[in-house]
Amino acid sequence: MNPTIRLAEIAHARSGDKGSHANIGVIAYTPAGFEFLGQYLTEMRMAQYLLPLKPRLVQRFAMPGILAYNFLVLDVLAGGASRSLRTDSQGKVLSTAVLEMPIPVPHNLDAMRPPVGSEQKKNAR
Amino acid sequence: MARKTIRIGNGAGFWGDNLDAPVALAEASPLDYLTLEYLAELTLSILAHLKARDPAAGYVSDFALILPRLARVLAVQPQLKIVTNAGGMNPIACARAAARILAAQGLDGISIAAVAGDDLAPHLAAHQAAGEMFANLDTGQALSDLGAPLASANAYLGGGGIATALAQGARVVITGRVADASLTVGPAVYEFGWNWTDHKRLAAATVAGHLIECGAQVSGGMFSGWTDALPLADVGYPIAELTDDGGVVITKPARTGGAVTVPTVAEQLIYEIGDPTHYLTPDLDADFSQVQLSQIGADRVAVTGAAGGPAPPRYKVSAAWRDGFLGAATLVLCGDHAEHKARAAADLIFARLRRAGAMPRRTHVECLGTGDTLPGVWPRTGDAREVVLRIAAHDTACETIERFLREFSPLVGSGPPGVTGYTGPRPKPYPVFAYWPSSIARERVVPEVFVHAARDWLAGAPADHASTGVTP
Repeated sequence: MNPTIRLAEIAHARSGDKGSHANIGVIAYTPAGFEFLGQYLTEMRMAQYLLPLKPRLVQRFAMPGILAYNFLVLDVLAGGASRSLRTDSQGKVLSTAVLEMPIPVPHNLDAMRPPVGSEQKKNAR
Repeated sequence: MARKTIRIGNGAGFWGDNLDAPVALAEASPLDYLTLEYLAELTLSILAHLKARDPAAGYVSDFALILPRLARVLAVQPQLKIVTNAGGMNPIACARAAARILAAQGLDGISIAAVAGDDLAPHLAAHQAAGEMFANLDTGQALSDLGAPLASANAYLGGGGIATALAQGARVVITGRVADASLTVGPAVYEFGWNWTDHKRLAAATVAGHLIECGAQVSGGMFSGWTDALPLADVGYPIAELTDDGGVVITKPARTGGAVTVPTVAEQLIYEIGDPTHYLTPDLDADFSQVQLSQIGADRVAVTGAAGGPAPPRYKVSAAWRDGFLGAATLVLCGDHAEHKARAAADLIFARLRRAGAMPRRTHVECLGTGDTLPGVWPRTGDAREVVLRIAAHDTACETIERFLREFSPLVGSGPPGVTGYTGPRPKPYPVFAYWPSSIARERVVPEVFVHAARDWLAGAPADHASTGVTP
């Protein structure tokens, strides 16, 4: 089995609800990480990871200026904030779970980690 | 009229947010505008429910709770204005309540605006007769197929009514349903005299409004990079600094907790959006896809690259219908086989309900502590020594949910061993308002703006003499 790391090593994320849909924004720490996400973190991979929650469709949108991909996950909240019986009816913890997704170790992992001591320089390109 | 920079702080991100934050924000740093955002997708249905029982209710009560303290800030900061959607289903009643509070503090000359016109319910039949179908934007289902009346239907208005109110001298602007970002766009358009077709600048104000609308979520709250080193007890609520040319800087007051960094702002930029090339508001069709962030100082992030085009031809409508009742309750199971005992306890509850002929239509069991918030996604933890059993249920009949909630406390004495955690008052059923997103042609909706001094609101100033806040 190939060695894996958690997505959290190269990206951070936030999620929330839009009606009965959820969105999950995954933000790379570096341009190299953004390039890796573009190839690896496809709509299909996100859908597979969330399959137990029965999403109807996953759409991915690029936000290159902040090194991010936004995933719109349709009908994943079992009715949404108003009707869902789940504790997490608003999809708030989806991003926390997605950051635990195992990913193959990229060959240039060091170029994808948050810059040491200064996350704030992350978008200096 | 236009100044070089205006500073807009947001002191509330939702109804129920920290009551001390608005005053702390306004006192910590001189603002031109304090915005307070209270309305989530379903808040209006709850407010409609309250207004049906009391015609003087239907606005966000948190605002009335904090206004006495904000009044003292208004008294000593003559530049400060407040813009809030606390009006909910009843901006007029909220304006009168605000007038009462301000007058009691000697501020009876302050000009208060109510921005209404978003409530479509009173004329729904006329809109339908004119060809509006109110089809569900998500499912395509026609309203006529729903078979239930709408509990509320409100158009998302833009910033036009707010700008009109400010131009008429209002210092406190109270709206119903306006788009969250429009609480920032309205003041910017008024202050800078922007044209409503200046999409580049409107987009800049829209992205600023989007970033601050959820309060501390942009300044360190909810941040994935959280550690103990990020102080949040005194988290600073956000400020957007806007310039005439569309410049935007997000910051927070000095000597407060939290952080405003590129990563914290990036997370909020992407929060609850869909296609970033079409962030639709009543003010414009904004494009956030090429937005860039840069750290230009401590807790200062510049936001550039927002673009946009003409507003969509139709207003989005937030509607909801009554869909029965919901209830949820918890028990704690401890010791060996805690999860197994919890699931057995749930089965006991269901068996007793079936025997009584009172099984709710929908139920959902979670053993919290085993990965059940996202079952199948979180890795299973099979050997928890204690789990929280949470069961939620939904039914058309309130009595069925009441009966369901009564089945929890008997488990303490007639269930498996190791049951605890049932000491507080019994949870109550609450009504479900199911979301019905829809749209309506802009020309069918007329924003109404009522501006009066506090003393005139109290003297019963007519609420039938409105200016229109129409955005072209």
